Amino acid sequence: MNYVMSFVIGGLFCVIGQIIMDKFKLNAAYILVTFVVSGVFLNYFGIYDKLVEIGYSGATVPLPGFGNSLAKGAIEEASKNGFMGALSGGVMKTAPGVAAALLFGYMVAIIFNPKKK
Amino acid sequence: MKYNKESYKKVIDEYTPKNKIVKNCFMAFIFGGAICTLGEIIKNIFVSGFDVPKDDAGVMASVVLVGLSALLTGFGVYDDLGKIAGAGTIVPITGFANSVVSPALEYKKEGLVLGTAANIFKLAGPVLVYGYLSAFIVGLLSLIFK
Amino acid sequence: MKKIGKQTYNIKDDVVIRDTFTVVGTKEGEGPLKNNFDLIVDDLWGEDSWEKSERKFQKTAIETLLNKNRLQKDDIDLLISGDLLNQIVSSSFAARDIGLPYIGIYGACSTMALSMGVGSLLIDGGFASNVICATSSHFCSAEKQYRLPLEMGGQRPMSSQWTVTGSGAVWLSNTGKGPKIKNVTFGKILDLGVTDANNMGAAMAPAAHDTLKQNMLDTKIDYDLIVTGDLGIVGKSIVNRMFHDENMSIEKKYDDCGTIIFDIEKQDVHAGGSGCGCSAVVFGSFLYKKLLNKEIKKLLFTSTGALHSPTVSLQGDSIPGIAHCIGIEG
Repeated sequence: MNYVMSFVIGGLFCVIGQIIMDKFKLNAAYILVTFVVSGVFLNYFGIYDKLVEIGYSGATVPLPGFGNSLAKGAIEEASKNGFMGALSGGVMKTAPGVAAALLFGYMVAIIFNPKKK
Repeated sequence: MKYNKESYKKVIDEYTPKNKIVKNCFMAFIFGGAICTLGEIIKNIFVSGFDVPKDDAGVMASVVLVGLSALLTGFGVYDDLGKIAGAGTIVPITGFANSVVSPALEYKKEGLVLGTAANIFKLAGPVLVYGYLSAFIVGLLSLIFK
Repeated sequence: MKKIGKQTYNIKDDVVIRDTFTVVGTKEGEGPLKNNFDLIVDDLWGEDSWEKSERKFQKTAIETLLNKNRLQKDDIDLLISGDLLNQIVSSSFAARDIGLPYIGIYGACSTMALSMGVGSLLIDGGFASNVICATSSHFCSAEKQYRLPLEMGGQRPMSSQWTVTGSGAVWLSNTGKGPKIKNVTFGKILDLGVTDANNMGAAMAPAAHDTLKQNMLDTKIDYDLIVTGDLGIVGKSIVNRMFHDENMSIEKKYDDCGTIIFDIEKQDVHAGGSGCGCSAVVFGSFLYKKLLNKEIKKLLFTSTGALHSPTVSLQGDSIPGIAHCIGIEG
């Protein structure tokens, strides 16, 4: 069941992205930004936790899930360390994903070359 | 007939081929769903196979997906998938990884410092900027409205 | 005055297109014109970067054209060339290695007709006897400069076009036998407010229509074939529509290099080919052969350009279009 719900919720996120892309001719960068920011605010209003309960990885793997982690980190740390927590919490919580992308990106750039199309 | 900006817009719309939204959405659903399911499978492997706590397992699954996406980008496969899947390969975290790896690769010839390193967040940078900014705002809000 | 009508220069003395040479990449070499090109090579061609590869395309096109006609450097008065990359580096670096007196021009994808037009005027004016005109474009270097990294996943809109990888060089001379350039029309920039960089055909179509019409009004020649550079299926339909609106329909004798060079359905190029190299390699191969064997007697050859840059596009500017025409008799 987890797998089915992951598939459905994750797929639906992508369908929303596709509609925005095709209908409003938005560049991919705008979609990524919009999705991450909406994930942040959906978490703040307590909606995203419910989505994760239903959708499992279908809600955490898409980019709004990244926004969700950002908000979670910021709010958790803010409750512990006040202002400094709000400043660092989001970065801390999402650091593994960003650092991994940076590390793998750099390694791939060194090893591979762009292919002709 | 002389066209002005308004009337020309109508002519363009008439002759510009439309994107195949229904087909694109279907493919986005399939590919996006599959990537998320793969994430769930990896997470469960970590939880049941290595006794990792659920929250950490989710993060580790993301890292694995990021690594897979980076490799596929290096082999020149991810953009071929993207052509079919559209948003299905952009919206998941693998799309974020692809947007980090592809400029790093593209600007390699301009040097590892001013090429690869300077451009590595060329596309993903905006995501981090607005992501961190809004997380900070939400953190502050949570302090103010307890 | 050698100028006739409003905008057209009448070439009275002989300006002969003596020979051409075309070199294209893999994808172009798999297209419908594969048997027409002189040389088909791998896109990277053993070079270190796409930019260096594009330079090699142009240098090879020019050098081979000279060699196969046993031309020495002293035989050529001038090289006129241009390309799409910033500061037209492909042309300048190719010219550096070739060592001819060089005029670098920028007309975006209108460069081929622009260089041939300028060359014809110089020859007709008696300033030069032999001129080489050349241009090149490369899919990978153009994508890098104008769009997103190659390995970035995503979908290109159906109206987008595929930059041709290739280079074409043309030898113009005041003596000898071959098709002759009879008139030249340099176009005005027209901009009807198109901002979508994925719909270049629509951005350039008004300029193409304007220059084509001006040439036909000025020269009153009934051409066998009218060809535009890289309008693709969208721009081509709009040009047809604009002439139709004016009861001057050219549909039966009009085609576009961007729709000729690729098999649009099979090669997944969406709206067709584009880039400086598109009109250059289609003219230098397919059209030139038709002129030589008299299949076409009167050709109106047009290259179309979009004169924008990524920076001004981001600042919200629209895309100015331009087109230059050359009337040729076989």
